Amino acid sequence: MTQKKADQPQTESSLQAAVVLEKPESQLKEMWESLCEDKAAITGLIVIGFLALLAIFGPLIMPYDPNLSDMTKSFIQPNAEHWFGTDQLGRDIFSRIIAGTRISLTVGLSAVALSLTVGVVLGSVAGYQGGKTDTIIMRFMDMMLAIPSILLAIAFMAALGKGIDKAVIAIGLVSIPEYARIVRGCILSVKENDYVQAARVIGNKNSRIIFKHILPNVLSSIVVRATLGISTAVLDTAALGFLGLGVQPPAAEWGDMLGRARGFIFTAPYTLVFPGIAITLTVLAFNLLGDGLRDALDPKSRKN
Amino acid sequence: MFKYIVKRILMLIPVLLGVSVIVFLIMRVFSPDPAPIVLGQHATVEAANAWRAANGLDAPLYIQFFNFIKGAVTGDLGTSYYTKTPVTQEIFSRFPATIELAIAAIIFASLFGIIIGVISAVKKNSFFDHAGMVLALIGVSMPIFWLGILLIILFAGVWHILPSGGRIDPLLQPMAASGFYLFDTLAIGDTEAFVDVLRHLILPALALGMYSMAIITRMTRSSMLETLNQDYIRTARAKGVSEGKVITHHALRNAMIPVTTVIGLQLGSLLGGAVLTETVFSWPGIGNYTVECILKSDFPVVQGVVLLIACIFVLINLVVDVVYAFIDPRIKFSKKEG
Amino acid sequence: MLLEVNHLKTKFQLKHGTVNAVDDISFSLNKGEILAIVGESGSGKSVTSLSVMGLVQEPGRVTEGEILFKGEDLLKKSKSEMQAIRGDQISMIFQEPMTSLNPVYRIKDQIMESIMTHMKLSKKEAWERAVHMLDIVGIPSPAERAKDYPHQMSGGMRQRVMTAMALSCRPELLIADEPTTALDVTIQAQILDLLYHMREKFNMAVLLITHDLGVVSEAADRVIVMYCGKIVEEADVKTLFEETMHPYTLGLLRSIPRLEDESSEPLYMIKGMVPNPLKMPSGCAFSDRCDRCMDCCREKMPALVERDGHKVRCFLYGTETEEAENHE
Repeated sequence: MTQKKADQPQTESSLQAAVVLEKPESQLKEMWESLCEDKAAITGLIVIGFLALLAIFGPLIMPYDPNLSDMTKSFIQPNAEHWFGTDQLGRDIFSRIIAGTRISLTVGLSAVALSLTVGVVLGSVAGYQGGKTDTIIMRFMDMMLAIPSILLAIAFMAALGKGIDKAVIAIGLVSIPEYARIVRGCILSVKENDYVQAARVIGNKNSRIIFKHILPNVLSSIVVRATLGISTAVLDTAALGFLGLGVQPPAAEWGDMLGRARGFIFTAPYTLVFPGIAITLTVLAFNLLGDGLRDALDPKSRKN
Repeated sequence: MFKYIVKRILMLIPVLLGVSVIVFLIMRVFSPDPAPIVLGQHATVEAANAWRAANGLDAPLYIQFFNFIKGAVTGDLGTSYYTKTPVTQEIFSRFPATIELAIAAIIFASLFGIIIGVISAVKKNSFFDHAGMVLALIGVSMPIFWLGILLIILFAGVWHILPSGGRIDPLLQPMAASGFYLFDTLAIGDTEAFVDVLRHLILPALALGMYSMAIITRMTRSSMLETLNQDYIRTARAKGVSEGKVITHHALRNAMIPVTTVIGLQLGSLLGGAVLTETVFSWPGIGNYTVECILKSDFPVVQGVVLLIACIFVLINLVVDVVYAFIDPRIKFSKKEG
Repeated sequence: MLLEVNHLKTKFQLKHGTVNAVDDISFSLNKGEILAIVGESGSGKSVTSLSVMGLVQEPGRVTEGEILFKGEDLLKKSKSEMQAIRGDQISMIFQEPMTSLNPVYRIKDQIMESIMTHMKLSKKEAWERAVHMLDIVGIPSPAERAKDYPHQMSGGMRQRVMTAMALSCRPELLIADEPTTALDVTIQAQILDLLYHMREKFNMAVLLITHDLGVVSEAADRVIVMYCGKIVEEADVKTLFEETMHPYTLGLLRSIPRLEDESSEPLYMIKGMVPNPLKMPSGCAFSDRCDRCMDCCREKMPALVERDGHKVRCFLYGTETEEAENHE
């Protein structure tokens, strides 16, 4: 009684071959194609595009100078002239929120760029080298992860002082371990693949193997993580600002605006509503895009 | 199992040592000199030097670090630069407030997260599912402190039904027995105070727990969806088990395995989120206090707190792993074998 | 007559169209009989069995027909009535013993759950019955193994456990969906043997779903061959193997390797693949792959005709056609 599955095994192995042969570029292309079908992700992308335009061309459309205070005009309720009202110093909140777009996106993107670069390098080295190097790097990452990131960021800010550049460093540094972990995990799983082994056998240099063969393959997971990472970075920026540790006044940063208006929570609640909406909207957009990218990457979760 | 736990606790030591190094580096090497901050800008050079000597800051860095570690091992974390009280005492007087808040938040987050997640998975693509997912998405996108502010504006400012901050009406303050007010007020049978504590707890717990609830909801939903597609669910149905029991007894039990990990991780991250929540709600806990101390360069306190939080964080991870092995028999077995 | 299925249709409503997974199927099963349904994956044999169990999941739905079990139509039963029947009078074992048992519960709890769902027994009695069942299906030291978790057992053992569970309430009908496919060849024989003996012991009917004609020849009394949701041939097992009529069945038989076959010819393979269920060929569904395809095969669907208890759906044996249903 011999089992006969005429075509099944054949299909399976040819499938496997197809997966191995598939080029990373086509993987990204496929990801993009299935992303285009995802309405939520496209919404996120549109909002991000809109925010990016605001960040770049904001100064052209701001009705007022965001930092110009005029005490005679403090606490004006939202009206036709001041759409979102004015704050305690008589500054136009609408203009300040537009100005804040640039700060938030700059800090968010730069912080992710920083942690991404350092994290990818550390994670690649740890994953590819293995052994002692791996242990040392990953133990250090574990230690950083054992401290709540917001606390660590606060401590960095206290040490470095206020400023956009310092916020980038503080927020960027604390999320390095996450990227290092992801990259290391991906590399460990990709490392044993045949084509990487083959590259090693024909005598490619280690750095060349990492950049030519392994990184393109972990690229998609990093893209997903980085997109979601921007939303975390925007939240962290706002949190630091809220605690009074973010930007130098009078710079208009959304979290900082919330922190300074806190005292007027009952007298002028509208001053606290709009900056919060701006933060939530930005974070939401990146989350939508990030979720969409993840689903596009993983057909299994797409079905759900 | 026991061996495994001991091994994990031993592994805690290098992690804590490393955490100490990181904090020490940030606070004492990169931070500005605390003397002028503590003594004021106009302090004389002599006074500043004398203050540094008195607080052991004149010694070389490695001696300072060694002293700190020596103290930490013996349970002495130094004294606050400002209040001169031992750091341990400062921490433990505030810690129960934070723990009470974190526990309330995680209970709220787990309870609602799991319920919403399960219903969303079972009624996939229904209105409830879509609403739940939108809620979860907003939950992960809202800054904790802004949510706190909104809650205060609505519940305290507009509707006047809940207090805007603090832990308890000062007039009802119980004699600090354990520092856990819910427990303390209940122990002495003071219902009025107990209700007041609860009322103060609701908004901060909601604000702090919302993010975790969103994460747990998403995790529960996807885990349930995956479990409901498993062959053993079909087997259970084929046995004639009722649909309700299939979901609670067969699917949920399996789906909870990854969810447990997420809940554990969230409990750890709540300690970080507490920093912001406590600030918004003037909650007299450790987070609020730590921010204050970081801003005032009160090194000993900051070091103590961060060390303690790291310790708790690592312990939570250990507990999660143990619980994990407990609810997933496959893991226990492989340990026994290995 | 224990089970009588009349004109059963089960459809899957997908995004890009409707799949007629089970397309107008009728068959019957006597008490104590083993009826095998044979076909490739996608032939609708598993969906047929799930339809009988009332376990077709969304987006699938039984749309037409009747399933008479002891004279009562199962399709007209309420949810709770079906629950009372499932696992009690009709039970089922599945293809994947590795994943069909719940990994977080002990074997005994899973068998006892089945017993206590349907029988008014105390925990202790249920435990005893569970151990007894494990003993019957040939698990050594059943009282100890009952306390194991599924992952502590081999595939063959798990399939025995599945069988013990399915038989624990003495069902009159057992549906075995590819019960041996995932097992080693030696274990396959053991499990088939077990099913055969259980049938004798409890006088129950077995609906055996398989793609493996070897299994059929060994265990079945009667055979139905399914292709693309339709029955293409039905006969008792001896007739089917000795007087095979339908080219598809013939193809299946010829693709079994035989030891006594001394010729050096390569093993026969049915050409092509099972057609996409959304793009069925017009006429006979097998026409594209058939060696003896005629012009009429591409135009009309032959009807299932019976001659001396041997049913076949092929124009080689008659010209009756079936009204083609419009596939929307």
